Formats: sequence, C-alpha cells, structure tokens
Amino acid sequence: MTTKANSIVKPLSAVSMPVSMDKTLFRFKRVGESFVQKVLPALIVGFLLILIWELLTSSQSATLPSPSRVVTDTWELIINPFYNNGGTDVGMGWQILASLERVAYGYSLAVIAGISLGVLVGQSTWAMRGLDPIFQILRTVPPLAWLPISLAAFQDSNPSAIFVIFITAIWPIIINTSVGVRNIPEDYRNVAKVLSLNGYEYFTKVMLPAAAPYIFTGLRIGIGLSWLAIVAAEMLIGGVGIGFFIWDAWNASMISDIVLALVYVGVVGFLLDKFIGFISNLVTRGTSN
Amino acid sequence: MSKHYLSIEGVNKVFGQGNKQSCVLKNVNLHIEKGEYISIIGHSGCGKSTVLNIVAGLLPATDGVVILDGKEVNSPGPDRSVVFQNHSLLPWLTVYENVALAVNKTFKKTKTAKERHEWILKSLEMVHMSHALDKRPAEISGGMKQRVGIARALAMEPKVLLLDEPFGALDALTRAHLQDEVMKIQAEINSTIIMITHDVDEAVLLSDRIVMMTNGPEATIGEILEIDLPKPRNRIEMADNPKYNRYRQAVLRFLYEKQRKVEVLVSAEKPKPAQASLKKAASA
Ligand SMILES: Nc1ncnc2c1ncn2[C@@H]1O[C@H](COP(=O)(O)OP(=O)(O)OP(=O)(O)O)[C@@H](O)[C@H]1O
Ligand SMILES: [Mg+2]
Repeated sequence: MTTKANSIVKPLSAVSMPVSMDKTLFRFKRVGESFVQKVLPALIVGFLLILIWELLTSSQSATLPSPSRVVTDTWELIINPFYNNGGTDVGMGWQILASLERVAYGYSLAVIAGISLGVLVGQSTWAMRGLDPIFQILRTVPPLAWLPISLAAFQDSNPSAIFVIFITAIWPIIINTSVGVRNIPEDYRNVAKVLSLNGYEYFTKVMLPAAAPYIFTGLRIGIGLSWLAIVAAEMLIGGVGIGFFIWDAWNASMISDIVLALVYVGVVGFLLDKFIGFISNLVTRGTSN
Repeated sequence: MSKHYLSIEGVNKVFGQGNKQSCVLKNVNLHIEKGEYISIIGHSGCGKSTVLNIVAGLLPATDGVVILDGKEVNSPGPDRSVVFQNHSLLPWLTVYENVALAVNKTFKKTKTAKERHEWILKSLEMVHMSHALDKRPAEISGGMKQRVGIARALAMEPKVLLLDEPFGALDALTRAHLQDEVMKIQAEINSTIIMITHDVDEAVLLSDRIVMMTNGPEATIGEILEIDLPKPRNRIEMADNPKYNRYRQAVLRFLYEKQRKVEVLVSAEKPKPAQASLKKAASA
C-alpha cells in the first residue's frame, strides 16, 4: 500500500512539474485506469474468441468460414458501405438504414400507443380489469405470427413489417408504463390534489416524471425486441433491409456475407439499447429519491 | 351558518364496508378562529391524520361537515395547503420549481409572472432556503426539505395551513430550529394553523390550544387545553416557567394516564407492559 503510494508521488515531486501538467497527467492516468478496468477485459475475451474461431475453422473441411476468410471475402462490402447498384444490391449501410427506418416507424407508433394505453390501464381500475387479460394473452403471440395476418390486412410488405415491429414493441411499453403509473406514491397524488392541478398539468408535471423510470425500462425492452423482430420479418418480406440481405446471402451460399451482417446486426442492436439507456439517464436524472 | 372561521361539525369517519367496517372517528367537533395555532395530539393510529385529511378535503367525511370561512369543504384546494410528514417534494423538480409549481398554479390569474417569481423567492427566503434554489430535493438535507415543503405551503397563502407531523422525521436540534422559524413566520403573517404532533413540548410551545384525542377506534376529542402564555415564546425561558410546566403535565397526564395505550400484543409477551409502553411513548 505505502510503497505503491510512494511510487506515484515520487516521480511527480522529483521532476516538480507545473500544477497544470500534474493535473493533465493525473486525468490521463485516470482515463487509462478506467480503460484497463472496463474495456480491456472485453477486448481480451473478444480476441480469444476470434482466435478460437480461427483455429476451429482453419481446416479445409470446415463448413463455416474463418474470421480471416470473412474479412477477405467481404472486403468489398466493408470498404463500400454506401454503394448503390439499384434494386436490393446496395451497400450494408443502406441495408441497415432501411431496417432502422422500419423500426423507427413501428417503434414510434408503439411508444405513442403504448404509453397512452399504459397510462389508461394504470389510472383506471376498470380499464385494467378489461384490458389487462387481453394484453396478457396477446403479448405471448410470437412476433412473426403476426406477419401473415398483417400481410393479409395491408396487402403490402412494408406496412406489414412496420406493424410487426409495432405489435412486438408495444407490450413491454404498456405493461411497464401501467406499473409505473400505478406505483406513483400517494403523496405525489395528494400534492397534486392540494394544488388542484388539472388533468394535463398532472400528466406532465407529476405522472410522466414519476413513472419515467418504469416507462424507460419498457422502452428499452421494446427497442431490443423490435430489432430482434425486424431481422426475422425482413427475411420473409424481402426488399432492402438487413434481414433480407441475410436471407439473400444464404440463398447465394455467401456465408461470409452472413457473418458480416450478423456483426452489423449485433453492433446496431447494442447501440440502439445504449441510445435509449442514454436518453433514459438524461431524462430521469435526479428523479430517483 | 357558523360564526367561527373554521368549524368541524359532528364529523364521523368509517373506513371499509360490510363486516370489515371500522369507525375511526366519532362525532368530532372543533371550532377554530382566524390566526389561531391549534395542535392535535394523541396516540399513534387514533385518527389524527384522518381529521387533517378531512379538513384538507383529501378524504370525505362519512357524516358531518367542515366549514371554512362560511363555505363547506368537499374537495382539496389551495386555500388549505398541507405540509406532509415526509415533505413530499417532487424529486424531479428543483427547490425553486417545487415552490413555483404551487405559486404559478395558485396565482395564475392574480399575479404577473414577475410578481410570482418574486413571491417564490420571498417564500423561500422566509424559510432561509434562498441559497439552494437550483438544488434538487435529493441534494439537500431532511430539515431543508421540510423547510421547502413549508415554503411551498405558505406561498399559496392558504386560509388554513395544515401540518401533519411536520418535524417528526427530524433530529432534535433541527426540529427546535424549525419550530422557532414557524413561530416567527406565524407571528409575522398571522396564519391559521392546525398541526399534528407527537411531541408534548412542541405542542405547548407553539399552540394557542392543544386538542387531545382519545384512543381509537371511535376516537374523538377528549380535552382541549388553552395555552395562556404570551407570545413570542422562548424555549429556554419556558423551561423555568411554572405555567408552561403545568400545561406540559396536563398533556402528559391525558396521554399517559387517562388515555394510556393498551398494547395487547406486547403485554402478552413482556412482563412489564405499562413501563414498556411508557418508555416508548416518552421517546416518541
Ligand atoms: N384508507 C384507510 N382505510 C382503512 N383504514 C384506514 C385508512 N386510513 C387510516 N385508517 C385507519 O384509521 C386509523 C387512524 O389512522 P390515522 O392515520 O388517522 O392515525 P394517526 O393518528 O395519524 O396515526 P399516526 O400518529 O401514527 O400518524 C388507523 O387505525 C388506520 O388503520
Ligand atoms: Mg398520521
């Protein structure tokens, strides 16, 4: 313990740097430390996994490509994410964006409808008794099972995919919102009553902030499910989109393309989750008490 | 029509239905004049908060009426602001915003935005919280939160200020400090106050009258003690004041002799139930 402290102090005092230099050095050190603690383990494990993968698939008889094969096979795709040859022959960037666009539509609708219904169910005992059993049944239907029905209803693939996203994302949003609204402390309700807040004021000033942590839990689960569902739905409906890209690659036996697509899907899903988490932190900062 | 500022007339309160019914309050009558400081004291669970909530309009009375300034009370409103036991500040709003929510709502029509802003600052100044305008409740101490709660309630210029054990969760020093502040504020603006308390000293020091409630169920007002001590009162001088000590004794006698809480569950296990409950009550 003491020796360690000495070893940190000594070089600094010996050189007697200006204070600002001390500080930058210190900050640099802190950043370095958090890098070592948080990022480095993941990098090491990732590297090891790729190494194992490389070893397992290096023989001639392997059915799956090795990481190095994947990179050489898909190099054109990697360096040209935004080429456009018309039709479905577009870069990975466009494929991802097309999928994200569908998710954006379906998810936005689910957020609006989900929070509204969640508030209704959370506020009114009768709405809860009437709607909750129906929600509990419908939410167990797998996302893809909705696809044929929506294709029949919309007669078009794009709205059907959007509907599948919507119906997948909405349940966790409804359920978490309603739990959040039901759990608003009696005290806050009483404060609102004493101040005679009207419905709109109560909704914006008390209910939404009080339920925000719950709502964001729902939103975060919802975005994850949306991203899971879009890839599956796009495999079936075709067109531009990362899901159909995977299906297309499978039909053309381009396994390396599939691997690359999976990496993209994983990274984008991760970023979506982090994005909602970031907004959640921003909005609910200071509300925990 | 009653000639008192605030009248509680024949109020009964029954909770529950059917055979789970329990009659918590039975025939509560109380008349309060403008500018009076009333304390309600009684054992835990006797129905003090229920009385306060009925006056606030947060609970409906089963029978009887509450009349404030000639009008019957039947819903909550800004003319009867409440300071809740656990401050009840909205944690997502800053100190300033918490008070602003009340002020902007109450004086939307009668004050300009600038007047309201100044009024918010003045209210917070009154409880010495001007230094923490932009802090959130999580960032200030329990005593400070309670101050902001009081500022929020006072800022609404209520006809009656209702305090439900406002200092109950605070340490003795902070409590004394806040009691002094409330005394000062009341002397300044002569507000009408009903305060629930467990603390005998607090009741005698602050009140014009102490309302002592009998034990529930079917609790009602047992005695009303008029505190005839000149204001402003000083807690140190009061300690040697024979009159003050007689009032204290009167309240203690009511609570621990006439209305001694019979703790059935405790007495079944412990050999000395009377002492146990006395100790507990004294420390409360
Ligand atoms: N909503 C309710 N439903 C049923 N019973 C209730 C309800 N609210 C209060 N009671 C009962 O009424 C009685 C009085 O409660 P109240 O909260 O008024 O007591 P109190 O005197 O304020 O107690 P304390 O000093 O502990 O705060 C208690 O026995 C309680 O169980
Ligand atoms: Mg109470």
